Amino acid sequence: MNIPSELKYTKDHEWVLIDGDIATIGITDFAQGELGDIVYVEVETVDETLDAEEIFGTVEAVKTVSDLFLPMSGEIIEFNESLEDEPEKVNTDPYGDGWMIKLKCSDLSQVETLLSADDYKALVGV
Amino acid sequence: MKNTALNETHIALGAKMVPFAGYNMPVQYEGVNIEHQTVREAVGVFDVSHMGEFLIEGEYALDLIQKVSSNDASKLAIGKAQYSCLPNDDGGIVDDLIIYKIKEDTYLLVVNASNIEKDWNWIQSKNDVEATMRNLSEDYSLLAIQGPKAVEAMQSLSSHDLSAIKFYNFVVGDFAGIDHVIISATGYTGSGGFEIYCKNSEVKQIWDKILEAGTDFGIKPIGLAARDTLRLEMGYCLYGNDIDDTTSPIEAGLSWITKFTKNFTNSEALKAEKEHGAERKLVAFELDDRGIPRHGYDIVDGNGNKIGNVTSGTMSPSLGKGIGLGYVPTIFSQVGSKINIQVRKKAIPATVVKLPFYKV
Repeated sequence: MNIPSELKYTKDHEWVLIDGDIATIGITDFAQGELGDIVYVEVETVDETLDAEEIFGTVEAVKTVSDLFLPMSGEIIEFNESLEDEPEKVNTDPYGDGWMIKLKCSDLSQVETLLSADDYKALVGV
Repeated sequence: MKNTALNETHIALGAKMVPFAGYNMPVQYEGVNIEHQTVREAVGVFDVSHMGEFLIEGEYALDLIQKVSSNDASKLAIGKAQYSCLPNDDGGIVDDLIIYKIKEDTYLLVVNASNIEKDWNWIQSKNDVEATMRNLSEDYSLLAIQGPKAVEAMQSLSSHDLSAIKFYNFVVGDFAGIDHVIISATGYTGSGGFEIYCKNSEVKQIWDKILEAGTDFGIKPIGLAARDTLRLEMGYCLYGNDIDDTTSPIEAGLSWITKFTKNFTNSEALKAEKEHGAERKLVAFELDDRGIPRHGYDIVDGNGNKIGNVTSGTMSPSLGKGIGLGYVPTIFSQVGSKINIQVRKKAIPATVVKLPFYKV
């Protein structure tokens, strides 16, 4: 299982890449494997400002519907619209083409609440 | 939790196992979309040994079956099978099932795993003719070999001409080196193929030989997740979703297996319902926009008022759009009717369509 060391993680199996005050967010390789074939990603919160832990979207596999929780507070500035036609990118490239949103963070100190790659490895037991 | 006789085989194949109807069952092996496509285009094999089997025998076997089932089992010849349901006394359905006429005065009833005990008790309670009933569910396995290449891929395993077995007919014969198994031209996918009933002690050999014989045809093991998307593309009802103790066979679109040529449980009320017309109907719908309908979602009218509920829904792997079944008032049930599916905060427009969703 791929858990890149340069990323931060959440207990909800999301990854976060911090670049300045912009966070790129997706779900982990572990999460996509557990969900199976992803058939729909819905994010209707673009331009909204939400708090950490609020629901920003939904990812649907064939048999399951899962909420997506915001890892940090801020404004959702972009949704990866290519997932509308190719949600399977989340399966094939969860840390690359399968990214979900970009967030303009309102409180960068919240980075401290995220898990390191080692913490996340321990969480999923690898 | 029970295991089928192939539990370790599934785990060795890398299946994700989930509890289903009291059994650990393979929900997927490689991935639901590739498994779905394999059955639509080639051939796949399912372990559905969780299904229940009752044998009903004796001089009065047919009398009992006629009393509890909605279809007319007197029309069955030896070697033929029939889809039917068990109506309850209150307008609903105890279960749906397949009835096989094995020989004179001997019938095999194949029921849903989740309903084995309920069905057994129900049929037993109606058995005042003293037909002999035997529950074979724990001793028998069921494999489904489904897909357009099933006949060709499996022919080497049997001395019977598989192409000669017509839909909903069966033979009792040799298969994969085992004598006296039921080879039945039935299934729950719409893509053709067979179902094989055998003893638990025989199923490992049969499973292995099926995979071996199917190798050149691209056979794969298929899990329950693809079984559900395959059946839903055909619009086949799933008990517990689309039909249950509260839905009548008339409103569920099962009039074709509800024959008033005989008396059966609640037949007078069902006949009246058919004559007057059901107040609501199970319809098939496709979403006009992006989204996936799911079991339990509300169906709403143009003003946002709830008019019904989704009983099954998925993203159709073959069509790439959201499809589903659900109950609506009869006035919304004509093909072409516009309804809306409440998906989270959005009411997504949908159109009532004719079944099947996907023509194989």
